[in-house]
This record gives sequence, C-alpha cells and structure tokens, in this order.
Amino acid sequence: MSELTNLTIADARAKLGKGEISAVELTEAHIQAMEKARGLNAFVTETPDLALERAREADAALKKGDAGILAGIPLGIKDLFCTEGVRTTASSKILENFVPPYESTISANLKKAGAVMLGKTSLDEFAMGSSNMTSAFGPVISPWKRKSNSNAQLVPGGSSGGSASAVSARIAMGATGTDTGGSIRQPASFCGIVGLKPTYGRCSRWGTIAFASSLDQAGPMTRSVKDAALMLQAMAGHDPKDSTSANIALPDFAAALTGDIRGLKVGIPKEYRPDGLSAEIQKLWDDGIEMLKAAGATPVEISLPHTKYALAAYYIVAPAECSSNLSRYDGVRYGLRVEGKTLDELYAKTRAAGFGQEVRRRILIGTYVLSAGYYDAYYTKAQKVRALIAEDFRKAYEMVDVILTPTAPSAAFGIGETNEDPVAMWLNDVFTVPASLAGLPGISLPTGLSSEGLPLGLQLLGRPFDEETVLKVAGVLESAAGFKATPTGVEI
Amino acid sequence: MSVDKDTVKKLATLARLDLPDEELAHLAGELSTIMQFVEQLGEVNTDGVAPMTSVAHMNLPRRADEVTDGGYPERVLANAPDAMDGFYTVPKVVE
Repeated sequence: MSELTNLTIADARAKLGKGEISAVELTEAHIQAMEKARGLNAFVTETPDLALERAREADAALKKGDAGILAGIPLGIKDLFCTEGVRTTASSKILENFVPPYESTISANLKKAGAVMLGKTSLDEFAMGSSNMTSAFGPVISPWKRKSNSNAQLVPGGSSGGSASAVSARIAMGATGTDTGGSIRQPASFCGIVGLKPTYGRCSRWGTIAFASSLDQAGPMTRSVKDAALMLQAMAGHDPKDSTSANIALPDFAAALTGDIRGLKVGIPKEYRPDGLSAEIQKLWDDGIEMLKAAGATPVEISLPHTKYALAAYYIVAPAECSSNLSRYDGVRYGLRVEGKTLDELYAKTRAAGFGQEVRRRILIGTYVLSAGYYDAYYTKAQKVRALIAEDFRKAYEMVDVILTPTAPSAAFGIGETNEDPVAMWLNDVFTVPASLAGLPGISLPTGLSSEGLPLGLQLLGRPFDEETVLKVAGVLESAAGFKATPTGVEI
Repeated sequence: MSVDKDTVKKLATLARLDLPDEELAHLAGELSTIMQFVEQLGEVNTDGVAPMTSVAHMNLPRRADEVTDGGYPERVLANAPDAMDGFYTVPKVVE
C-alpha cells in the first residue's frame, strides 16, 4: 500500500502546499489503488484521464499560488451527483446511459476548490437501501473482514456504499455521499470512516438526482473529522438554484476543531437504548460518554419521546416523495426506453424494465399513501408525527448542546445474510432517521471494534446549522477514541 | 391494513409500472407487512399538530420572473432515446 494513499486530506494539503508531493503523483497513486481494488466494485465509472487532467491543473494552480482548498485531492463522487459529460446512473438501469449536460452544484463546488474526481462511486439504486445491494451494477463489497471468517463478503452499508468502501480501502481520500435517512452515517459506521450529514439546506441539492427532496442532503465522507470539515467547506454554501438552500454565511468549519469541549452539555437520549440493543453497542456508547466526560463535557439524560415512531413516519414520507420524484423517468426525455404500442404502455414497460425491486416497492408504497382517500390517513399523519419528532429535538436543545448516540444497531452484515423482510432491513436506520426527519446535522465517526474486529461508529447530532459544535465534539471524541484499525490489506 | 393483489395492480397502473401477474401476490404480501408496520402511527396523538411543511425554517425565496437559462435545445435533447427534428417523440396518441 502506497504511503500517499494513507494520507489524510489535511496532511496531503500540507505536502502539496510545500511542494513535497505533486497532485499528479498523488492522483496516480490513487488511480493505481482504484485499479487494484476493482474487486470491491466501489465505482460505477472510473475517470482516470479526467483525474489526471484535473491533477495537472491543480499542480499549475499550486505553483501559481491560487489553488483552492482541495487542490489536487483525489475524491470519489457518488453516482447520484450529475457530472457534465460523465455518465451518471444513480446505480439504476433506467439511467444506465445517461450523460448529464450539466454539473451538480456540489461537484461544481468541489471542482472549483481544485478537487480531483477519480470516478463515480456506486450506491443503492436511487439511494434506496442500507446495504448497497440494490445497485443495478452489483453489490459493493466492504474492504473489512470478520476475524472468524475472512471469506464472508460484508456489505459496506448504504446507500453511499461505494463512497464508504473507496475511502476506507484508501482508493479515495474522501468522497461525497448523500443522506436521506442515514445513507452517509450508516455506511461510514460500517466502514470505519467519518461521515457528516449537514443540516438540511447547508448543501445545494441542485443537480443531485432526487430521492426524497425534503430529506436529501449531501455531505462528506472522509478518514478524519478535520477532513470532513475541509470537504464540507468546499461543498456547502448558498445556491440560488435550490430554493431550500440556506442563504447564511459559512463559518470556517475546520476552525471549530478547538479541542475544547469543557462545559458543553451532551444529551444522551434514553429512547436510543431499546430492549435488545446489543451489549457491544451499549458499551461503545458508554465508553463514548466517558470520553466526553473526561474531556470536560457534562452528559445529560434527555428524552426524545417520539423516537419510536420515526421509522414509520420516514417510510411514509420518503416513499411518497420518491414516487413523485421518480415519475420523471418516462422513457421519453432521457434514460431507458422500452417501446410500446401506446404512450401509457411505453411508460409502464420502460419503468418496469428500468427500476429494480426495492425502487418499485417504494414507488408502490408512495403511490398508495398519496392516493385519494389515504392521503390524510398516511401522508398528513406522518408529517404531523414528523413535526413532533422535530419538536422533541428542539426541546432537547434547550438543555443540551449536542446529542450522542450509536450510529447503527450493529456492525456490517454479510452479503446474503439478510432475510427478505424489508422492514427488518430498515431497522439499520433506526438511530439515523430521526435527525433526518428533523433536518439536523449529524456525524458518524469510528470509536471501536466489534468482537469480530469490525468498525462501530458513534453519532453526534447538533442544532440546525450548528455543524461547528458537532465537528468540535467529534474532534475530541476522535482523539480520545484513537481509532487506528484498518481494513484487510491496508497497512499504515 | 392489508393490501391485496387487486390493489397492487391498481397501484401499479397509477404508477405506470407494468408488473407481471406472478409478482403481484409477492408484492401484496410485502406491501401488507409495510403498511402494518406504519399503522403504529395511529397510536400518536396528533390533535392540533400542524403537519411539517418546511424542514429548515425559511421563507421561500423569490426572484424576478425572468428567463435566466435555456436556448440550447441540442443539449436538452442530448439524452432523448428517440429525438427527431428538435422534438421528443412518442407513440401516436391521436388517431
């Protein structure tokens, strides 16, 4: 394993700035890593030529002294962000040959900051899933292995599974993810990396293929908290092209990492300790509480009484918005087309052939809960419960500055080890969904290993637009936990 | 609430999904499981609660009603599966 691919973004920036390494060298090392690790299936499309072109531009800018904050940093871009001239599939057959004529704001912002795109990372189809098994291009494999059985292939989590796998396996220094109900935080936890979901409205959704528009939010996936702050700095900001993008000034996120959390109050929600929560996860959480206490913060037990209903509300709201958003795939304007004798037949044949099982299921649920006679009973009811969940958090933040919980109820599971029950799969998101419904910022960072040697993450949640406190506390937790484990085949 | 095969068929028609008949029974089972799971929301007292309509508390921005983009039909049509003479094409809809 090349030394260059083990660097954090912060370290690579320092070396690039001093001229110790070049962006081209750094990019070449990552292109080689990407080729070597093709077995993980982390990328839908690799763009090595484009990467080298951008790296040469970054080197020129670094020389001239006008380089952006991510100049020369090789990144993976989730294949949900439209990239001009580069195929963008959402890991769906229906967009298999879609080449966007425009660039998403997020990928454009990263490009402007000088970042190098290595390729487009795989995801669950249309970001619907928690395992990356629903991709039309095959499952993504986690680089991590169980101690007891190194043959079993594990999932990287989802939906940003390709991004998580690539960052963890040292193919990319960082990657973009999107989080609708946990799609950044859960794969970050499964793969032992840092994943930050910003406040809804912090990052523009323009040019990001939509799943559930009131929940979708882009964020960075990296190997350190500081790297997440740096990447967020480049990604975030007001965008007039997204009417829900927040028009507020960006703080200096990395500057928030002061290491000083003395006097901060950390909420510990009692509803996140359900019966049956594994002893391993309970211990991870308790250890995290102790670490923050030792650093001078005060844990405070809080109650978020409607937590129990978050998954049910989510699985009405998200499919409703999905069925509406995905109605645009009609076989007429872009994407797959299956001919039919009538226009309706063309639509129905195209959509049946183009969408996978999970996506079809969610479209049907969404259609059901939005249909005449059921709209109020399901959709309006869910939006009311959602308001109560947001209110729970608002009240909690009158007493505490940040909330600490586990990210996921378990370590990564194996491909083919899950049962068919869709509801059982959804339980992966039980700790991440409530903050999504409330639009709050959250980060997952690795703080321990399971008995099988697999990474486990803790989650910190903050007030709206207070990523700074989230990052600050995450930085302290990161130092205290000292997570140094690496996946199989990666030696530091 | 249990969802039967006929309901799935109706939903598939509404959603423009041409599903084979042999998939309907399986989907009815899955949808029933899901709908039974979400039933629990009935336990929550939501009297007097306004449904959430905006995640971040912001007013929707306004802008001048002007054309700010466009004028490149070839880019718009670049991904069309079957474009012709600057138009999208569909099967004949008027006899």
